[in-house]
Amino acid sequence: MKLVIVSYFLFIAASTHMLYQEKSKAESIEAGAEIYQDFCVQCHLNTGAGVSGVFPPLKNSDYLLNNIDKSIAGLKFGLRGKIVVNEETYDGVMANQGLDTEEIADVMNYILNQWGNAFEGQITPSQVNEVQKSLLD
Amino acid sequence: MKIYFYSSLLFFFSIQLSCAQDNPPLIETPTELNYRYETVVDGIDIPWGLAFISKDDFLVTEKSGTLYRVVKGVKTAVDGLPEVYVRGQGGLLDVALHPEYSSNKIIYLTLSANTEGDSEGGNTSLYCAKLEEHALQEVKLLYKATPNTKKGQHWGSRIVFDNEGHLYFGVGDRGNREENPQDLSRDGGKIYRLNLDGSIPQDNPFVGKENAKEAIFSYGHRNPQGMVTHPKTGEIWEHEHGPMGGDEINIIKAGINYGWPTITYGINYSGTPITDKTSLPDMAQPFYYWVPSIGPSGMAFSTSGVYSDWTDNLFAGSLKFEYLERLVIEKNKVVKREKVLDKIGRVRDVVEGPDGYLYVSVEGKGILKIIPTK
Repeated sequence: MKLVIVSYFLFIAASTHMLYQEKSKAESIEAGAEIYQDFCVQCHLNTGAGVSGVFPPLKNSDYLLNNIDKSIAGLKFGLRGKIVVNEETYDGVMANQGLDTEEIADVMNYILNQWGNAFEGQITPSQVNEVQKSLLD
Repeated sequence: MKIYFYSSLLFFFSIQLSCAQDNPPLIETPTELNYRYETVVDGIDIPWGLAFISKDDFLVTEKSGTLYRVVKGVKTAVDGLPEVYVRGQGGLLDVALHPEYSSNKIIYLTLSANTEGDSEGGNTSLYCAKLEEHALQEVKLLYKATPNTKKGQHWGSRIVFDNEGHLYFGVGDRGNREENPQDLSRDGGKIYRLNLDGSIPQDNPFVGKENAKEAIFSYGHRNPQGMVTHPKTGEIWEHEHGPMGGDEINIIKAGINYGWPTITYGINYSGTPITDKTSLPDMAQPFYYWVPSIGPSGMAFSTSGVYSDWTDNLFAGSLKFEYLERLVIEKNKVVKREKVLDKIGRVRDVVEGPDGYLYVSVEGKGILKIIPTK
């Protein structure tokens, strides 16, 4: 009986773990690539280079790599007004794309690890969840 | 020597052929400006669509889901909007007044919606409603494209009317070019024609055709972002975004296949080809195509004579290069293209107001009025 109870709880614990297991970094990047093709590529382009003066670059972008939480906030809430990226000023609007927290984490992991960008850690949905709109003020 | 000359000529000719060429006429930047602009209303992030009630009273959609009524430069949000599904390029899209608005107060809206309550994204919808001051009443869903999808791209959509009591609107391919634009049993990649009450005209081209969506008027479209009724011929003019290269102007005719994605002048964003064909016998060629793409948005003819040398010219916003484009058309051909309001910002819509002036909606800026200085 004891064995049954123990194995039952083990089973529950294991399946809960399975259900809530977060994606590996590689899986997140792969999912992010699809999101990027759907929502981002029209402006930031396949090369991540953007269009000078109109759409800021993501490739080797000091703004992105030095302001990760702010970049997440931009994806979550939309971004407007002046930003300086690699010494060039951009003054446009990036609309809120309606992505959920997991999709934002995935696309962040993708752009942080593409075109020669490299980011050691992994952006998680819970990190995205915690980012506040006030960061953009 | 002569052989050398001809062979080098051949060499340069072949190089020219092998490169993707800009489609003429090339865009010009005028050296002398004979206009200025003033801001009519500001503080609107993405003013997607614009419709005039009178010279000092108009409606503006904000993509994230607010409809503004702007009276003498003061904007007020309109209540009672249907629920908007905001995702990717989708949101609250176009607004248009019923041809008899002054007596019936009916307006039309296109927007991204999930009316089915499922968890599978959204698709483009057409609504009508009565506008009472700052509130919508008797809101009615007239058309809902299916199926819902979480894809962010290509919702269309503009609303225009012909002179025979029909309404036209477009739905983009919804990021599913392999299935939608060429299949008459599916929504997406189509221009639709309805009666003003939302019913389907019995002389629509695919009425009675098995499995066809009978509201379809034309197909093979990618993402219609501009539509206007030609002021003289009454024809419906449309423009749509191509992929990289190959934005098109089309004159919309019943039952015609405009070719996407079987024929196109564009290529994938990755640089790979979509098709090696730019024409096929059973598919219509565009009236004009843009290579490189300008990301056209909004479309209007200038008819009023307010601007001395712009009468009958066509105007389209450029999202990509941030100007308003003026196209001069002679003998059914675009003969000149010129930048107006260069570097102004992403131009979403352009409309000729009841006072004959051109009004332009610009992202992050609001609505601008172009005023001649000569």
